[in-house]
Amino acid sequence: MSKTGAEILVECLKKHGVDLIFGYPGGVLLSIYDKLFDSDILHVLPRHEQGGAHAADGYARSTGKVGVCFGTSGPGATNLVTGIATAYLDSIPMVVFTGQVSTNLIGGDAFQEADIVGITRPIVKHSYLVKDVDDIATVISEAFYLAKTGRPGPVLVDLPKDVIAAKSKNSCASDVKIVGYNPTYEGHPMQIKKMIKLLENAKSPVILIGGGVKLSNASEELLRFVEAINLPVVSSLMGIGAFPNPHKNWVGWAGMHGNYASNMALTEADYIIAIGNRFSDRTTGRLDGYAVKAKKAQIDIDPTSIDKNVKVDVPIVGDCKTVLKQVLHYLGDFNWEKCKKDREDWLKRIEYWENERPFGYKFSDRIIKPQYVVEKIYEVTGGDAIITTEVGQNQMWAAQFYKFKDPRQFITSGGLGTMGFGFPAAIGAKLGNPDKEVFDIAGDGSFLMNMQELCTAVQYRVGVKVAILNNKFLGMIRQWQHLFYNKRYSNSCLECQPDFVKLAESYGCVGFKVEKPSEVENVLRESLKIKNKPVLMDFNVDREENVYPMVPAGAALNEMVYGER
Amino acid sequence: MRHIISVLVENKFGVLARISGLFSGRGYNIESLSVNATENENISIMTIVTRGDDHVIDQIIKQLRKLVNTIKVRDVTQVEHVERELILVKVHATQRTRSDILNIIDTFRGKVVDINKESLVIEMTGDQNKLNALVDVLEPYGIIEIIRSGTIAIARGSKSTTDFTKQDIKNQEE
Ligand SMILES: Cc1ncc(C[n+]2csc(CCOP(=O)(O)OP(=O)(O)O)c2C)c(N)n1
Repeated sequence: MSKTGAEILVECLKKHGVDLIFGYPGGVLLSIYDKLFDSDILHVLPRHEQGGAHAADGYARSTGKVGVCFGTSGPGATNLVTGIATAYLDSIPMVVFTGQVSTNLIGGDAFQEADIVGITRPIVKHSYLVKDVDDIATVISEAFYLAKTGRPGPVLVDLPKDVIAAKSKNSCASDVKIVGYNPTYEGHPMQIKKMIKLLENAKSPVILIGGGVKLSNASEELLRFVEAINLPVVSSLMGIGAFPNPHKNWVGWAGMHGNYASNMALTEADYIIAIGNRFSDRTTGRLDGYAVKAKKAQIDIDPTSIDKNVKVDVPIVGDCKTVLKQVLHYLGDFNWEKCKKDREDWLKRIEYWENERPFGYKFSDRIIKPQYVVEKIYEVTGGDAIITTEVGQNQMWAAQFYKFKDPRQFITSGGLGTMGFGFPAAIGAKLGNPDKEVFDIAGDGSFLMNMQELCTAVQYRVGVKVAILNNKFLGMIRQWQHLFYNKRYSNSCLECQPDFVKLAESYGCVGFKVEKPSEVENVLRESLKIKNKPVLMDFNVDREENVYPMVPAGAALNEMVYGER
Repeated sequence: MRHIISVLVENKFGVLARISGLFSGRGYNIESLSVNATENENISIMTIVTRGDDHVIDQIIKQLRKLVNTIKVRDVTQVEHVERELILVKVHATQRTRSDILNIIDTFRGKVVDINKESLVIEMTGDQNKLNALVDVLEPYGIIEIIRSGTIAIARGSKSTTDFTKQDIKNQEE
């Protein structure tokens, strides 16, 4: 029996386990929307395609499933671009469907035509323009397969109007075969043994984890490895949550605003094992001053991540989880007594650094410190909430002052640094985890970039909380202008802003304005009582608070600057 | 260092754009690029000539392998190989200079493929150095136009780049 492309599409989505789509209709997508109308897949209508893409992304990050979003041809598709790039830079599995004008019109500057495959080529893992209805089923199977295997990432499928309307006998294909695509999961045993041999003789080793540990669900294996040999764990921003905090082996996260102990540990280490970490510039600081004393091993499923920024001595191509299992298998063959004493001294040294300069700030009982708000969110949620962030100071304080114990708990745009990501991502995360509290820790600037999604949250009864750390500045920009441009606050002041309480109320949400430190906890507790609708909290914080410590641009990790406290 | 990289790709929509985008997006240079069909109609072979230090070439090769539509990537300059390029040169040739030029072409084992009162078109194949030498020698006579095909290369020996095995696919990930 033959079916239309639209019917095949919806069938395939179900076959691939899709139960939630974020999409925005348009002319060329109408036949698909007609089919979705009868389907039991939940379709959520964001109020901007960018919001839809970030929501699909937040859903994917918080559940480990593939996020799905739709946009129509032309402007619908181009509105998705920032969302696709955000997912790409953090390797998030997503399948993005875009409508396209009919095949006979492509290339003719038709109404709402955009070459979205061309526009997104550098920011997708792969993409398809489906020209023949007989290919739809195979393409969708390949798209899901590519999105979630190997190094995950967004895959775009462009669907011309006539192709969706045409009929085909092909139904959803289950096995996928792509000749040139065979990601390596198992690490090379020789390399793994070499990596362990170096560890056996290391006096001051550090395990450096990244987002790859979360993507491959390797936290359990990581914990067993770390505890077996008593190793210190440092993370990148993206790796936060992959190893539990608190835990006696957790040191913290390294990089521009990471903690003193982590940056010192990397600087003084004699051996670093990077696991699912790509040595991004925000984590390394100036490269010629980065971990110069350390030999390095790197486990990564993407060969291009190895040796890209930092030269390593032992490259291991493979999936973090699979390789760590192999590592655990070989551990017993080595002598762990030999350097035990050295490693204990090393851990003591790290502990000393931890106590010397932990994350901190100067509390005030007159004016709300932004860090205090994050600490209180941690307290009232018992450390169990999913936290999304916007970008800027809010993001750094969220990472510094909330303690994450679960790999899918901290959701942040690390690679692209997309303002406006956190709120729609929180909606996606809450829809994927209805039983969890979900907080977006936001800046006032970032929140305004996708605040239209308040409407979405109200419509679908999504009980997310937004905590705006409102400094009436583009805070992180102001901080750089303060430190490096003589306090010339060019275009970073946001004194003109809406009354957030009224704004919330106008959308049908609950809004709170908080001006005194003594009110912070009460309001947060109050917000937890409100279910099934969003709560917007406007915390008026100390306007010129800076994020410390800080590794200035061009400095090495151990050249941090500190604030007063 | 100059490298010649052979890339076996699935003959699919947009592959060339993905490959050229990979170079331009990372600031790598393509000195020449040629794309051809192979014995297998579903597979094309691209020959890319590029320059870079070891680190850059290593990244280029890994990035090429990462593309979903690439089947095999090989740095031909790492093995014994033969490389060839085709050149067509249009050069001024008057009655006075024509015989001189014909002598030169003869020495280079080139061919004349078009001739008229004022000019000649010369066809020649060879490696880059040989073609450059020809151009140098013809320069004084007045070159009107040059078209070069870009380099293609093949490894010596009896193995083929285009018969790839499962093992090749596995190896390329290592
Ligand atoms: C879409 C986008 N535009 C610009 C930037 C550059 N940028 C980084 S942080 C920042 C300021 C963010 O201000 P706000 O959201 O108020 O957060 P705060 O730093 O005050 O916590 C800006 C403009 C960005 N990251 N993303």
